[in-house]
Amino acid sequence: MRVICLDAEDDFEGWRRAARSLATRRVPAHEVLWRVGDQSGDLFGRTVDEANSTAPIAVSRDFLALSRLAILHRDPERFSLLYALLLRILDEPYSLHNPADRQVRRVEALHRSVRRDIHKMRAFLRFREAGEGEMRRFVAWFEPEHHIVRANGAFFVERFTNMRWSILSPKGSIHWSGSTLSEGPAAQRNEAMGDDPVEAVWKAYYAAIFNPARLMPDAMLKEMPKKYWKNMPETALIPSMIAGARERERGMLEETRTAPVGKHGAETIERLREEARSCRRCPLWRPATQTVFGEGPHDAKIMIVGEQPGDQEDRAGKVFVGPAGRVFDRALLAAGIDRAGVYVTNAVKHFKFELRGKRRIHARPGAGEIEACRWWVDQERAIVRPKLVIAMGATAVRALTGRTMPVGSARGKSLTLGDGTRAWITVHPSYLLRLSSPAEAEGAFSQYVADLRAAVASMTDID
Amino acid sequence: MPHLSLAEKLSILADAAKYDASCASSGAKQRNSRDGKGIGSTSGNGICHAYAPDGRCISLLKVLLTNSCTFDCHYCINRSSSNVRRARFTVDEIVDLTLDFYRRNYIEGLFLSSGIINTPDYTMEQIVRVAKALREDHDFRGYIHLKTIPDAAADLVTQAGRYADRVSINVELPTTGGLRRLAPDKSEKRIEGAMAKMRSAIDEGRDARKRYRSAPNFAPAGQSTQMIIGADAATDREIVSRAAMLYDRFDLRRVYYSAFSPIPDASAVLPLKRPPLMREHRLYQSDWLIRFYQYSPQEVKAAADPDTGMLPLHIDPKLAWALRFRENFPVDVNHASRRMLLRIPGLGVKAVDSILAARRCHKLRLDDVARLTTSLKKILPFIIAVDWKPVALGDRENLLPHLVAKPNQLELFAS
Ligand code: SF4
Repeated sequence: MRVICLDAEDDFEGWRRAARSLATRRVPAHEVLWRVGDQSGDLFGRTVDEANSTAPIAVSRDFLALSRLAILHRDPERFSLLYALLLRILDEPYSLHNPADRQVRRVEALHRSVRRDIHKMRAFLRFREAGEGEMRRFVAWFEPEHHIVRANGAFFVERFTNMRWSILSPKGSIHWSGSTLSEGPAAQRNEAMGDDPVEAVWKAYYAAIFNPARLMPDAMLKEMPKKYWKNMPETALIPSMIAGARERERGMLEETRTAPVGKHGAETIERLREEARSCRRCPLWRPATQTVFGEGPHDAKIMIVGEQPGDQEDRAGKVFVGPAGRVFDRALLAAGIDRAGVYVTNAVKHFKFELRGKRRIHARPGAGEIEACRWWVDQERAIVRPKLVIAMGATAVRALTGRTMPVGSARGKSLTLGDGTRAWITVHPSYLLRLSSPAEAEGAFSQYVADLRAAVASMTDID
Repeated sequence: MPHLSLAEKLSILADAAKYDASCASSGAKQRNSRDGKGIGSTSGNGICHAYAPDGRCISLLKVLLTNSCTFDCHYCINRSSSNVRRARFTVDEIVDLTLDFYRRNYIEGLFLSSGIINTPDYTMEQIVRVAKALREDHDFRGYIHLKTIPDAAADLVTQAGRYADRVSINVELPTTGGLRRLAPDKSEKRIEGAMAKMRSAIDEGRDARKRYRSAPNFAPAGQSTQMIIGADAATDREIVSRAAMLYDRFDLRRVYYSAFSPIPDASAVLPLKRPPLMREHRLYQSDWLIRFYQYSPQEVKAAADPDTGMLPLHIDPKLAWALRFRENFPVDVNHASRRMLLRIPGLGVKAVDSILAARRCHKLRLDDVARLTTSLKKILPFIIAVDWKPVALGDRENLLPHLVAKPNQLELFAS
């Protein structure tokens, strides 16, 4: 057994010299014992290897780069692993470039872990300012996982050349005087403590840059594991930031709902209409002539939602102008509602049809189309903010509530939408057109009118 | 305005800046402060100095010069009709804050933006003054990202490019209609005009550097932009097209996607619901497919649902593409081109490069592949190895449950 004594845990040059000398003699890895410093109590070693061969051996730069960092790993076996790999690649140089090789992978894992630690030190190390004037200096405390403090010194020197600083760690410390870098012994955490008023400002920044509407603590933890937290002043805020997030987001949404639309409402609904002209959210735009958007005052108290434009609406580009529109007009008149005062729109803004010869036959919009077009209905509602929404037919109900409900049993009743708006359900006027007996149609019409009346009457208790 | 403390101002002006998704401090030329009087270095890769509970990284001091604004963009918390508290930094205050934070190793540099006050030129001039003071008075060698104001005079924008590592102008909304509705004071033409000018200035700068080593650097980290997702009617397909056009025409380094999110005192014109954050994530993934995986924008768009134009939320766009174009699979890991290997769902760029390196040494068996990837299970149906040949994809109708694990963690700004 040969014993090699290295000067320090990160003594790459020492390892390199010894490894080269051993390797030229092809000393097998299991016959070498690597030690750091002058640990006593040598159980296995017999001879300390003094031979210092300078015979050149050829290894690739890649191996040097790999081992230079891997050697900083805290794993006590690293010296021996690297030496074993060195012996191997002397005979099989290509194996270093085979990422599927077990030995290579093991060393690469060490390398990766060290690199990550080095990166995290550059990221998460925090200086505190101490002293003033001539005595001004910056002190940091960092607890690395591996033996990286010395190796990382150059980075901090190049970045903070004109500052005087010290980086303390449980494994040793480094000090920059502004011109020279010196090393010191292991340190204690409290040596780096002190009051730095900038810390409070930084914390204020940290708290403010966080968006409570996108809470994702797992994503944060993945990049900033808890073991680093104790060196970072801002992390003390995290629990309270997380705890308050939902509440803050709710508050913001609440405020939005109660904020006035303001004088720009008319303009905005016009712009929304314009935007909807080029909607491609579902395939219905393709065969249709044009988008048929809602109409009416932007501050109407009542919004009435139908199903979709029909053949005539599609050509005219206006809501409820065909046969169903005429029934609708009649019913409004009978119920005492001024059409000019309500905002009338459809759940789906494009005409869906099947071609039979030259005729375009109305087809019911599917759930996907209703869902896609709901985007526009929601925006219309957000701008108009009616006190009451009347849903005519199953499609409208689905567009407003997101659920399917049998209109037959739900009609004439009020329900509350997600944002608190009151909604009433009734049939669609085209349903009345489909009834064949005049008596039946008559009865259905009066019931339809009664629904509309009841809906409007319910508004008195809303304001 | 009541007197505000520095920390109060910072809270207001950082809060207002957090809706800008760009955070990277990468792409800068390597610099350090060894031979100078100042401070700072950049390594080209950027360092995330902290993460917030929203999962986003903090790399730069991202603030506004002021959150007062004469514009009235509905999606923006700073719009003139908003009731938020207003604050304004002086040039010196931002300079000092940047240096103070930098010295303590909190940040990589500064990302400065501003509400538009007075005139566009006046605002741009203030922004440039901060960068100039940092670079010239303090010899600051850290990262600077400046937001440029579309209508500002050309020479101010040129100055910005000279001091900054990166410059950006946000396109804000992916559709013209959306921009007109939600940002009535902005115009697509002006924004794109500014981007085009910036592109030629960057190109010229690069050219000059080739000829004279001493020519000044001009925005060496290029320009980037951001679009807000989910506030207008744009489909994912439209967004992918728009981004591809922007990359192409203006040679952008990055397009950031920012899911519209509720803001305090929001305009009532905004949609009631915020889009799922997953949508933003899928768009970033589709962006990566184009930038790093050699997909064409057309191909990415083909991964979207043909009816709604939306990318699926429950699976990533690469898997969506593979399932839609099953005839391309399985791919033989021992023979396929890099381009085809990159299309195997579950294989990242690094794994593909490892496979390429390893197969130069020997033929790959399944356990070799397993060592080079993180999840063999996910890629099994898509690959052929020496000792493995899957059942043709078309025969496996119930493939999806195998492939879709529990919802993936959002790794939004991993770059
Ligand atoms: S029906 Fe609605 S969602 Fe579909 S294209 Fe027309 S407007 Fe867009």
